[in-house]
Amino acid sequence: MAVRELVENSLDAAELAGMLPDVYVRIVANDPSAENANQEPKAYRVTVADNGPGVDPHHVPRAFGKVFYGSKYVLRQSRGMFGMGGTMAILYGQITTNKPVKITTSTDGKSRHIFEMLIDISENKPIILRKDTEEGAGKTGTRVDVILEGDFTRSAQKINEYFKQTALVGSYANLTFVDPIGRITTYERATESMPVAPKETLPHPHGIDVEALKRMIKITEEKNMEKFMGNKHFHRVGETNARKFLQFAGVDGKIAPEKLSNEQVVKVVDALQRFPEFLPPDASCLSPVGEQILTTGIIKELQPEFSTVVMRPPSSYSGFPFLVEVGLVYGGKVLEPGRKLFRFANRIPLLYDESSDVSFKVLNEEIDWRRYHVPEEAPVAVITHICSTKVPYKTVGKEYIADRPEIEAEIKNGVRESLRRLSVFLSKKGNMEASQRKMNIYGKYLPLIAQFSAGLAGQKREPRYKQLLQEEEQEAAEIKQEIEAEAQKDANGEKIIEQTAIEQTTIEDYR
Amino acid sequence: MQVALKGLGQNVYADLDAGRFPAVSFASRSVKNIVYDKKLQQFILGTNSVRRSAGNIKHIRPFTQLLWLAFFSKKLVDEKRTSTLRDVYYSAQAFNVEFMDQAESDELITDLEVLLESAREEFNVYPEERSAIFGNLTVEYTVKGYEGKRLDLSSHPDGMMIGPALTTAEFRDTDAEMVLAIEKGGLFTRFIEEKVHEKYKAILINTAGQPPRSTRYILRRLHEELKLPIGILCDADPWGAHIAMVIKSGSANAAHLRDLTTPSAVWLGVWASDIVKYKLPSDPLTEIDIKRLYELKADPRYKDKMWHDELDTFLKIKKKSEQEAFSRYGLSYIVDKYLPEKLQLLKSH
Repeated sequence: MAVRELVENSLDAAELAGMLPDVYVRIVANDPSAENANQEPKAYRVTVADNGPGVDPHHVPRAFGKVFYGSKYVLRQSRGMFGMGGTMAILYGQITTNKPVKITTSTDGKSRHIFEMLIDISENKPIILRKDTEEGAGKTGTRVDVILEGDFTRSAQKINEYFKQTALVGSYANLTFVDPIGRITTYERATESMPVAPKETLPHPHGIDVEALKRMIKITEEKNMEKFMGNKHFHRVGETNARKFLQFAGVDGKIAPEKLSNEQVVKVVDALQRFPEFLPPDASCLSPVGEQILTTGIIKELQPEFSTVVMRPPSSYSGFPFLVEVGLVYGGKVLEPGRKLFRFANRIPLLYDESSDVSFKVLNEEIDWRRYHVPEEAPVAVITHICSTKVPYKTVGKEYIADRPEIEAEIKNGVRESLRRLSVFLSKKGNMEASQRKMNIYGKYLPLIAQFSAGLAGQKREPRYKQLLQEEEQEAAEIKQEIEAEAQKDANGEKIIEQTAIEQTTIEDYR
Repeated sequence: MQVALKGLGQNVYADLDAGRFPAVSFASRSVKNIVYDKKLQQFILGTNSVRRSAGNIKHIRPFTQLLWLAFFSKKLVDEKRTSTLRDVYYSAQAFNVEFMDQAESDELITDLEVLLESAREEFNVYPEERSAIFGNLTVEYTVKGYEGKRLDLSSHPDGMMIGPALTTAEFRDTDAEMVLAIEKGGLFTRFIEEKVHEKYKAILINTAGQPPRSTRYILRRLHEELKLPIGILCDADPWGAHIAMVIKSGSANAAHLRDLTTPSAVWLGVWASDIVKYKLPSDPLTEIDIKRLYELKADPRYKDKMWHDELDTFLKIKKKSEQEAFSRYGLSYIVDKYLPEKLQLLKSH
């Protein structure tokens, strides 16, 4: 999933800079004339280009050529894990093909910087093979060319799925994907509003483990524990609470952090978990997709008959703030019969191990679908998005989310709320159909009844039966209006903008 | 009849004119509402009723069909014309009223009978004729265009078809002493050839299986008006026995109607015990026959000892015979030997 990591980096970069992202991805066989050109796996050149702010040339070697770059001492909701996703992709390329990565970036649009480098794995540092500066093309952005071995035939389905789902939550991005056969798939921007970029935040004391604390002690410049605890190292901990906590933990406030013994560190971590007076984490650092962007994505990608988005209020688990968004989609042009689940964590589509995921568990074990009168074969898709400064993945593979009770409860609440809305829609739709049917039947038989009764009674004039039809018609029209008003409300986040054609030139600039 | 049909139309018309959905109510014909009346010796409808409203989506179609039938019947009566059940079914299409099949239109005709508390013949709808009558009886027609015309029912050797004209004709002259209702055309023709009508002074009726209502009606009239005893001859199987029973006690299907039964009619044969007594060629009972026998045993109309015993005999010997089985003893045996014995039974009643 090298493609994914690189794309996530590009999206993150553009979003952080508040720029509407355009991301271009191309996969081509690296050497089409090679003898084994038709065999899989083989070497592919993966190109990912974005219109983001670019990377300062001084940072390029470290940003792309070093694993674990950055002192991730502050927390931020981000797609990649500790910013190493992209590097891992580069490393993977190097391991499988021993070819350097090529980075092209421009921060000002005037000049662009080209790097070719390898990573010295044992030293964990970049080896720069080429460094050039050229005349820029007036656009900022970064382009990464990495050559890696892969089996496109096998991964094609997942890659396509990845783009589709990314477009679902990223309706503000232009995505272009060119596959090795040259087929171009574009997902066009449908809204100009972007989610608010996530803010950096200090770690919450509940979320600190022994390793994290040791790392913080190493970095800190504070000379005593009181200052260390109370002075902008922890989320929402002030001086007063710091003093209270140290008392609770039985640690001297005057002691220098680096003087703490191993046992004392463990003691502090234990107390950090148990101290009842820490304020709950503040969720302002979270950046959900948002109802409007998600709705836009759903309408654009799934063209549904009905959709709704439920935003749950922020909550926290083990000191990490999180927020759940649930989208429910019904019917329309794309969905097929049966339930589908789209899982996202910090806007990344999760594509593997669905059945181990907490959302899957909620949907299949904890929701009684019959209560909402949604049959099993109904064309329904559920979208769950969990954003957090730390998403509790079950494994390092980052493919499915553990069933933390707090998260599980929020997903359940969100799904239930969305199902209630669907249920209301379905019953109204049923009423409308029934009413329509009734109208048709009345319209067919009442005139006949009128004719025969007039004949039987020896009346020349038809009885005034049309008033009955009008009453029914009125009733049907009322129900219809109600449904349409509801649909209007759903679509009224913000107007979907005219779809802009993707500017292919943006991409060419980086070639 | 015209008044009743017009009244129905006026009610519906008034409802529609006032912006109400019209509705009709009549006795329910569901199995639960059919009860056996010992005094009348026939099935009658109980007190449950059904309401059919045009406002109900499920009712509006049969309501329309029913109203059309009333409308169509009124025209028949007004114009002094008749129609068969099948004609009715086809006529509907000209008015954009659909029936799925003739069974459905027959059902609704029965509903209209219940609603109007009258037999369909009263609104000039008749079944397809298939039963026939033969014998020394002169009738005088009352139907339009034939008023006063007379016919001797022994004038045509195939028998005369029993239709609306015969059913409504006056009986004028007869020397007959009895009526024999016969299940099948074969034996009916044999009896005519063997001059049973002369030998025994009998009026012969071919019921052609289960007799239609017009035939049951004429049987009842022959008994009531001419005081003739009615004897019934049918196959020796549960179906034959039931033909005799329907002539006596009517059918569940006509529980809403009177004047179709002849309780004093006598089942002459062929009995289960006759198969044994006359050593008749026979076939084994089928599973359906046996199932039917148990149904009949549970039927209140069969609780009379003689009937019950015969059902038991069938179940015991597990055999059935047709009327034609007597032919093993020669073509005239049934007339010369069997019939006289059975007629003793009729006279003794």
